[in-house]
Amino acid sequence: MKLRNTEHRETIVLQMTPMIDIVFQLLVFFVFTFKIVLPEGDFNIRMPSAAASTTSQPSETPLVKVRLRANDDGELAGVQLGDRPLQEQPFLELQSQIRSMIGDAGGPGSTDQEVEIEADYNLKYRYAMNAITAITGYVENGEQHKLVERVRFAPLPEK
Amino acid sequence: MRIRPKGDTGIVEGDLTPMIDMTFQLIAFFMLVINFSEVEQDQRVQLPASELAKPPSAPYEQPFTIHLTRHDQYIFGGRMLSELSQLESALRLETQIIKRHTAKKLADVTIIIRADENAKTGQVQEVIQICQKLEFEKFALRGKQSEVPTLGGS
Repeated sequence: MKLRNTEHRETIVLQMTPMIDIVFQLLVFFVFTFKIVLPEGDFNIRMPSAAASTTSQPSETPLVKVRLRANDDGELAGVQLGDRPLQEQPFLELQSQIRSMIGDAGGPGSTDQEVEIEADYNLKYRYAMNAITAITGYVENGEQHKLVERVRFAPLPEK
Repeated sequence: MRIRPKGDTGIVEGDLTPMIDMTFQLIAFFMLVINFSEVEQDQRVQLPASELAKPPSAPYEQPFTIHLTRHDQYIFGGRMLSELSQLESALRLETQIIKRHTAKKLADVTIIIRADENAKTGQVQEVIQICQKLEFEKFALRGKQSEVPTLGGS
């Protein structure tokens, strides 16, 4: 009697090809979807239309106006806080002025002060974002502190 | 007498390859789905940087995203619009859908504004005014997060 089938078991070979196929597909997938995107964040602003806001909020604190002027290229030409022009490094100065104005000793975001940004039409948006950053808070020792949360844009002049 | 079937028992083994294939394909599929539904980003818009821009603590409930490019164009719902009036009519259409088919108030819908850092501020204001006219109240001005302070530069 012959026992032929004993070496039959060793011929089982693991098929690598399909797995490699899939791994390559995954690789291609990741390569194509890879993009370096910096994380994004938001400034949340609640801005009801002007008609609704005048009726609903009789504000006790006076409105602070920040005026951003632009030159013809849309670059920043000047920043005014109320009537006072801010000179060098205007946004840092704006931030410190706001900080001293509301005196953030009462805890973060404790004020109901409202700030209105009036910007020239052709001003580049990044300066408006700088102004919003300066008004809404500051970073100290790696921690974020809130200043004024109620920020709005002045209505555009009628054309 | 022959004893044939004895050796055949060794090769009765399930083929795992199709299963692994399917599993990997499923993984790839889910990754694809997650990637594309999370955030609406557009490479045509380069956001202004701010150290205070923080990612929302909870995802917004069905927000609208309006992109504003540096070339004064608007992107809304994947469509490139060059006129403000086109954006207004597109938004009006959306508001009508919301009003008819959901119980949501328009004041609770967040409008995410992704404006390019070189876009005109006035245009952002125009977009906001149009949204206000349509009774939207919540806006999220989007910026890219920055590790370094952004105020000192200019």
